[in-house]
Amino acid sequence: MSVSPTLSVAEIKDRNKALIEEVLKVYPEKTAKRRAKHLNVHQEGKPDCGVKSNIKSIPGVMTIRGCAYAGSKGVVWGPIKDMIHISHGPVGCGQYSWAARRNYYIGTTGIDTFVTMQFTSDFQEKDIVFGGDKKLAKIMDEIQELFPLNNGITVQSECPIGLIGDDIEAVSKAKSKEYDGKTIVPVRCEGFRGVSQSLGHHIANDAIRDWVFDKIAPDAAPRFEPTPYDVAIIGDYNIGGDAWSSRILLEEMGLRVIAQWSGDGSLAELEATPKAKLNVLHCYRSMNYISRHMEEKYGIPWCEYNFFGPSKIAESLRKIASYFDDKIKEGAEQVIAKYQPLMDAVIAKYRPRLEGKTVMLFVGGLRPRHVIGAYEDLGMEVVGTGYEFGHNDDYQRTAQHYVKDGTLIYDDVTGYEFEKFVEKIQPDLVGSGIKEKYVFQKMGVPFRQMHSWDYSGPYHGYDGFAIFARDMDMAINSPVWKMTKAPWKTEELPLLQAAE
Amino acid sequence: MPQSAEHVLDHFDLFRGPEYQQMLANKKKMFENPRDPAEVERVREWAKTPEYREKNFAREALTVNPAKACQPLGAVFAAVGFEQTIPFVHGSQGCVAYYRSHLSRHFKEPSSCVSSSMTEDAAVFGGLNNMIDGLANTYNMYKPKMIAVSTTCMAEVIGDDLNAFIKTSKEKGSVPEDYDVPFAHTPAFVGSHVTGYDNALKGVIAHFWDGKAGTTAKLERKANDKINFIGGFDGYTVGNTREVKRIFGLMGIDYTILADNSEVFDTPTDGEFRMYDGGTTLEEAADAINAKATISMQEYCTEKTLPLIAEHGQEVAAFNHPIGVSATDKFLMTLSRITGKPIPEELARERGRLVDAVADSSAHIHGKKFAIYGDPDLCLGLAGFLLELGAEPTHVLATNGGKAWAAKVQALFDSSPFGQNCHVYAGKDLWHMRSLLFTEPVDFLIGNTYGKYLERDTGTPLIRIGFPIFDRHHHHRYPVWGYQGGLNVLVWVLDRIFESIDATTNVPAKSDYSFDIIR
Repeated sequence: MSVSPTLSVAEIKDRNKALIEEVLKVYPEKTAKRRAKHLNVHQEGKPDCGVKSNIKSIPGVMTIRGCAYAGSKGVVWGPIKDMIHISHGPVGCGQYSWAARRNYYIGTTGIDTFVTMQFTSDFQEKDIVFGGDKKLAKIMDEIQELFPLNNGITVQSECPIGLIGDDIEAVSKAKSKEYDGKTIVPVRCEGFRGVSQSLGHHIANDAIRDWVFDKIAPDAAPRFEPTPYDVAIIGDYNIGGDAWSSRILLEEMGLRVIAQWSGDGSLAELEATPKAKLNVLHCYRSMNYISRHMEEKYGIPWCEYNFFGPSKIAESLRKIASYFDDKIKEGAEQVIAKYQPLMDAVIAKYRPRLEGKTVMLFVGGLRPRHVIGAYEDLGMEVVGTGYEFGHNDDYQRTAQHYVKDGTLIYDDVTGYEFEKFVEKIQPDLVGSGIKEKYVFQKMGVPFRQMHSWDYSGPYHGYDGFAIFARDMDMAINSPVWKMTKAPWKTEELPLLQAAE
Repeated sequence: MPQSAEHVLDHFDLFRGPEYQQMLANKKKMFENPRDPAEVERVREWAKTPEYREKNFAREALTVNPAKACQPLGAVFAAVGFEQTIPFVHGSQGCVAYYRSHLSRHFKEPSSCVSSSMTEDAAVFGGLNNMIDGLANTYNMYKPKMIAVSTTCMAEVIGDDLNAFIKTSKEKGSVPEDYDVPFAHTPAFVGSHVTGYDNALKGVIAHFWDGKAGTTAKLERKANDKINFIGGFDGYTVGNTREVKRIFGLMGIDYTILADNSEVFDTPTDGEFRMYDGGTTLEEAADAINAKATISMQEYCTEKTLPLIAEHGQEVAAFNHPIGVSATDKFLMTLSRITGKPIPEELARERGRLVDAVADSSAHIHGKKFAIYGDPDLCLGLAGFLLELGAEPTHVLATNGGKAWAAKVQALFDSSPFGQNCHVYAGKDLWHMRSLLFTEPVDFLIGNTYGKYLERDTGTPLIRIGFPIFDRHHHHRYPVWGYQGGLNVLVWVLDRIFESIDATTNVPAKSDYSFDIIR
């Protein structure tokens, strides 16, 4: 479907620059000036993508971003399965995020596991007026009575909490004492803090540091005998089982995974992590903070890796192995060799169907770069990408390791910009979120949700790559896209049309 | 290695293989500090007991698995029912991401809405500048005919004054002076999404009828013969609104649907993204003041809107999400009485077909016990239909139902011999429902997608009717109103009953004698 497969890099750059100029015209002057800093055409050799990031979204433009609560409850804390996470404030935040992120886990839900439940203080007007601390204390008592096998509680603050002056720290401390040192974690992730989900990740990381790590008695005996091969998976939320299809590879190469952060994770795993020999970090954006902290405080090195697509998986397995002895290095080679026939078969089957297809991405803080290699393994090309809540260090990594010269870069893209870019560039596939999915499908553009894997997955690891390849093929080569135009309508319409 | 290129296993099958099962068992044993399985089993059983139920119902502070959302969701739902209108939610931006996702997941459609993206500085200084910039940007970018403003709880807690802010924004040139920016304060800590629907709709109507926030003269009502129709917050708005339009057409009634979002939540895939589609025109919204009467299909979605309309001299009539024969009869007869138009023979025949279907199938429903949860009006509509099918709506629960609603449900129970052993639960949640299903089991559960957890835990088969439905597709395109809609509900209920019978009679040489080919 790409209309411009033969454009040279210089022509692509010119087109993309013109496109940026064009979309900026829609804005009032002040907004155009601000948005211009978030849009760019990547120049090879530059240390970053040349866009501003992690700054406030502009009112009224239809940003795709969420909030700090989403970053803490929705991303970092929510998947910790044996703790109860209270959405503290009005009912909505917890309701809209209830079980929506597909953080897979094993457990008896409602008894010893609580991920897909919605615990809320359901604030009423009187709670706003008189404060919610007493209610919060009572909620903790009721949780203890009705859910006695919970291993801890977190308080995920919604907007009003920070505005009405509640002291959730005091309540948490008092209740922790009352319940024999139970882990109770107040999290100040009110939605108005910061500019996106990103600050919520940071606040949630800090809460683990302050309310989990710092509460561990220094002389506490470890629950298991340490080995030289103990690692923790950091920043994998087990969406569709991603962490599991990653863990299996680490174990096959001879490492022992002592913790998963936080998909299918437990409080015990969080507490055990300072015993790891290496932290392997998938989502840098959401968990680099705690990784750095563990490096500083416990001397644990951390290593970023990428388990999307065989090229990056092999590269990552070798990189992780480089922190260990020859046994692990050989283990990594054996794992790579073991899965090579599967990868060859997957690529043989799908690459001919996907070769040369173009992709535009807009995802959160990791995938806008991390999945590029997986597409390239299938012969596809990412022609535009951007982060919902990435920082400059994400754009540096993107520029230095992932994107090609001339790639269109859009930070915190607005609904309008994204539609226009896709309309003009006409990629074969768009990968973004639920809010974008139907917009582009209406335009006749194949789409995959790249947060939830469109209810599929896992996409991580070798097992996941087979699913990824199948899904991209089924999206792009679905017969439905040939039916979008009624055969009796003969007039020439533009291929794609965004709303004016 | 179970994975193969030939037959790609995804999460359904992949993790059931021995490699993964062993890995997960080791993870649990070694690193999760798991509870003693016997203790887990003990608590699991205890949570089914009357004793647990008593403690559960004694909860005063904690809410677990509520069946309600917050006001602005309803405000957004109502706003997109007007022609080329963008909902603009003043407050934190994450909320808007949530509403859009929530609506898109239910309708499988785009959901356009903007935020004023207030952050910490706005929390301190107020969000006036966010409103000024936000309105200007939205107006320029998306060329809406109207921007309908509502609020998140953040803006409400700090006390931002929408009326003053919008006025100032216009003075600053964000949008033209005479541009339509109706507004509604929609605090998330009051009521639920149905309250937000009510407030937003009332805001739009008051805007057009009562002088656009003091900027123009109030409209004088010049009565005509039209009927205004309000659907309320309704997950079936696509199918229902079309069915109601068809009924109005058959009766020859001239009507205005207020907040008609049936098109924008059901746009075609034909190469064009329609950010706006259909909707009540702004002229129609203004002209609605002249109508003879306004019909609300959901009393609890229009508790403030209807009195406002009544104040302007119209007759108003409210229903409770009417489903089935007698509720539809009442709806049509009210329409007929108000308009003076007879109910045409075609609708009488449709009625007869629904009665025919009920007669054909009622043996399978009669005497069955149901638990229902959902929005207050939907609960009433479903309970009424079950009663006329000879079924017992044993537990009827609305997290966002109040005392008046409970009294109304009780009166419904009292009106039927099948309601004698039925109970209503206002303000309770799905964890309460779980205790009810364990301690007073029923045959079937009716509720939204989240009922699948109750189905899994209690074994009560779930019939998905309500909002949101995330895990089944396209049912929102079918009506549940009108006799045709009643037929749809009947079929959904029957399908689940038959599936359930088949699923429990299919063990060879054990229960297969009831595995009948004719039912």
